[in-house]
Amino acid sequence: MMRFLLLFSRQGKLRLQKWFTPLTDREKKKVIRDVMALVLARPPRSCNFLHWRDIKVVYKRYASLYFCTGLEDQDNELLTLEVLHRYVELLDKYFGNVCELDIIFNFEKAYYILDEFLMGGEVLETSKVAVSVSMENADTLQETMEEYMNRPAF
Amino acid sequence: MPAPIRLRELIRTIRTARTQAEEREMIQKECAAIRSSFREEDNTYRCRNVAKLLYMHMLGYPAHFGQLECLKLIASQKFTDKRIGYLGAMLLLDERQDVHLLMTNCIKNDLNHSTQYVQGLALCTLGCMGSSEMCRDLAGEVEKLLKTSNSYLRKKAALCAVHVIRKVPELMEMFLPATKNLLSEKNHGVLHTSVVLLTEMCERSPDMLAHFRKNEKLVPQLVRILKNLIMSGYSPEHDVSGISDPFLQVRILRLLRILGKSDDDSSEAMNDILAQVATNTETSKNVGNAILYETVLTIMDIKSESGLRVLAINILGRFLLNNDKNIRYVALTSLLKTVQTDHNAVQRHRSTIVDCLKDLDVSIKRRAMELSFALVNGNNIRGMMKELLYFLDSCDPEFKADCASGVFLAAEKYAPSKRWHIDTIMRVLTTAGSYVRDDSVPNLIQLITNSVEMHAYTVQRLYKALLDDISQQPLVQVASWCIGEYGDLLVSGQCEEEEPIQVTEDEVLDVLEGLLVSNLSAAVTRGYSLTAIMKLSTRFSGVNRIKKVVSIYGSSIDVELQQRAVEYNALFKKYDHMRPALLERMPIMEKSASNGPTEIVQTNGETEPSVVDSKHPPPVSQPANQANDLLDLLGGNDVVPVIQTTVPTKPASAGGELLDLLGDLSLSGVPTPAPSVATSQPSFLLDGLSSQPLFNDIAAAAIPPMTAYNKNGLKIDFTFERANPNPNVAVITIHASNSTEADMTDFVFQAAVPKTFQLQLLSPSSNVVPALNQGTVTQVIRVLNPQKLRMRIKLTYTLKGSPVQDLAEVNNFPPQSWQ
Repeated sequence: MMRFLLLFSRQGKLRLQKWFTPLTDREKKKVIRDVMALVLARPPRSCNFLHWRDIKVVYKRYASLYFCTGLEDQDNELLTLEVLHRYVELLDKYFGNVCELDIIFNFEKAYYILDEFLMGGEVLETSKVAVSVSMENADTLQETMEEYMNRPAF
Repeated sequence: MPAPIRLRELIRTIRTARTQAEEREMIQKECAAIRSSFREEDNTYRCRNVAKLLYMHMLGYPAHFGQLECLKLIASQKFTDKRIGYLGAMLLLDERQDVHLLMTNCIKNDLNHSTQYVQGLALCTLGCMGSSEMCRDLAGEVEKLLKTSNSYLRKKAALCAVHVIRKVPELMEMFLPATKNLLSEKNHGVLHTSVVLLTEMCERSPDMLAHFRKNEKLVPQLVRILKNLIMSGYSPEHDVSGISDPFLQVRILRLLRILGKSDDDSSEAMNDILAQVATNTETSKNVGNAILYETVLTIMDIKSESGLRVLAINILGRFLLNNDKNIRYVALTSLLKTVQTDHNAVQRHRSTIVDCLKDLDVSIKRRAMELSFALVNGNNIRGMMKELLYFLDSCDPEFKADCASGVFLAAEKYAPSKRWHIDTIMRVLTTAGSYVRDDSVPNLIQLITNSVEMHAYTVQRLYKALLDDISQQPLVQVASWCIGEYGDLLVSGQCEEEEPIQVTEDEVLDVLEGLLVSNLSAAVTRGYSLTAIMKLSTRFSGVNRIKKVVSIYGSSIDVELQQRAVEYNALFKKYDHMRPALLERMPIMEKSASNGPTEIVQTNGETEPSVVDSKHPPPVSQPANQANDLLDLLGGNDVVPVIQTTVPTKPASAGGELLDLLGDLSLSGVPTPAPSVATSQPSFLLDGLSSQPLFNDIAAAAIPPMTAYNKNGLKIDFTFERANPNPNVAVITIHASNSTEADMTDFVFQAAVPKTFQLQLLSPSSNVVPALNQGTVTQVIRVLNPQKLRMRIKLTYTLKGSPVQDLAEVNNFPPQSWQ
């Protein structure tokens, strides 16, 4: 299973953090600091895998954002690259040509999409279409309620 | 109170902050506003405020005061509220705080909600951060949802169940009935999560594993699904670069791995599909390689037939040549896992692996280094070491320590000659001297002491190295120790191995004194050089200079040096008569294995009890066939040992083998007058000694031990004793150790000596040499030896099912063993 998923910029700003194991705030901060330092220090053409503590770290850079996850020993690193890619594709489909700003201003949507794709550190749905459909329906549910209540969503 | 600002606006505002302080100020202001809004219990804007709080939390600011608000949101009826509330719960709450338990009731209600998206939210939250208590309370609900026909909920329930099992393994049984039809689903989401669930159950419980293998016939089902995936046409929904649902394929392969491990039937059932996947998968994109990678891992782990294994290793070999760094990395990692079991197959790719040492990528270099060390064996040691030393020269500092340790270990196990060993260690010390482990200095000193014939060569090379560079402390320490011990060899120019250099005593002392004063020398190094200078006082002719140096350091600021100097001074003044004895050559040090389980070499004393009983000549205590062989070797009872003129009257059967063995041994040396020999020679030996204790105490061997044979992982050391009452009898104890990964069974050691000697072989301690140097087999040989001892040995053993036989000649007996 994946232990965590982090999205951060080249300047070291965190854009999304998903934890699949219980850690204290301090521990989380430490992990973020260490992993970010390791990943940001890598030269451009390096291989996408590195070892940190007992975790395999897999990272991929998309434009200005690093998508980074920590795996356990049994997990397939090459497949995880596909998982990260799939997540980017889902974001792209939802936001239409996604860029970092979309994720900054709509971070909660990024989380919702993630929660339709992964759960508990494992892949939940392997079909792109199914995830998009779920998001659409859930958003409609939200809008409907809001329209009904005649109030803006936050 | 005006409406709280919207989330977008807040984000925009915060991003305009130019300094950290400005940002902090904005955040504090907003937090205060949010806090007062919370106090007012405003339902309308609660979700807006929590959303803003979550944003600030992501920036790293404390947000714990929002925790209860999240709970209120979860309890709300609005979907928007619930969505943000559950998100907040996942981000802000964790199981360490009791607050999270308050969620349990909400989640329970939402699990039974009429809207599937609400149920989905609840399942997701429970499945990501549910604590053990929550899991216990809600497992029943999850199990119910696992049986629903709604695939959206079913897949979420499956992963939620996985989380529950991880948290509370005892609840696993509860989910068993629900798993019955999971794999007959068409929906890929459900299939995938079901496979994950089954994997989790099988990994955690051997009973479950057995159940799924036998009763549920899981393997055929999985094989069928996998086959459909591969054979089915293009499915746009699940396609990734031409491959249909790679995520599901990989998970199925992983589950097959677990099912096939150590189980012949299951492994056989999956052979075909594995071969199919391995050969048909498209490898142009990363996706295909991901599947191949998982396939290879599965093939290596189950009881696959050899053709399949070869296929797998070849795939890894192809990976190694791939341009893509990730794939090379993955290949190296997998080869590292398989190198123990399929050593020979991996050896075939050795040159490619060694090339990876030159890769620019740090991760790849590290894996290649580890794998290279695993591949070193007696046959390729020279070539491999060349590459590894080159790597050591040019690699980053982060690798040097590990590489140096690896080189030492490999050199110790497989050194083809003492000289090579010493050269290699010197090379490491000169190139990476500051990175070696602390215990390398005493280990090297021990090694040097034990290679008696190399002393002159060693001290010469070390001296030359010192002249070049005195900054690498381990090298300097070893060098000063050697110069102290063997300085006499150095100045006398006795080196055999290479051109001896001309060095005077004064030059040597110059160098050593230079070490004492240099800023580069560590305190420990100074201690070494002072002691070395002192030792030279018994080896060099001119003592005055040494006396002067020693007395100067009697007032050194360094307490350690001062103490040494004062004591040495006292040695000169009051105890000069003891000085030669104290400073004489070091005896051989007892070697303890430096790798793996430490096994102190068995000393003679330990073998005593078994030998005392078997004083009879070999034929009595050993099985019959062995006895015959030995009789062959020794010429039976009729061998006349010494007098050359007499033709030995040997039984014909013994003749052939005896002649074979001894035919080439040149019998140099004049036979000394034979002791008055009775007709039956074994009893002669016995008669002389039967009433004596067999062995001396182990006051350190006056005769240094030696390695008689070292090939293919089998190493035979000889240690010597003089049987006290009859100094003409040398007692040799052989210690056989095995550094391969399998035991050597049916181990038989036989020895033959030229006719001028008499030899008696006592029974061995065992005939199984345990693997990985975990134990030694010892056997005692007694030789009546008037002169230079030579021996031919024959070894037979069974390794991994195949018999091995080898003959070797042992010539390097230390001079003291025959004097």
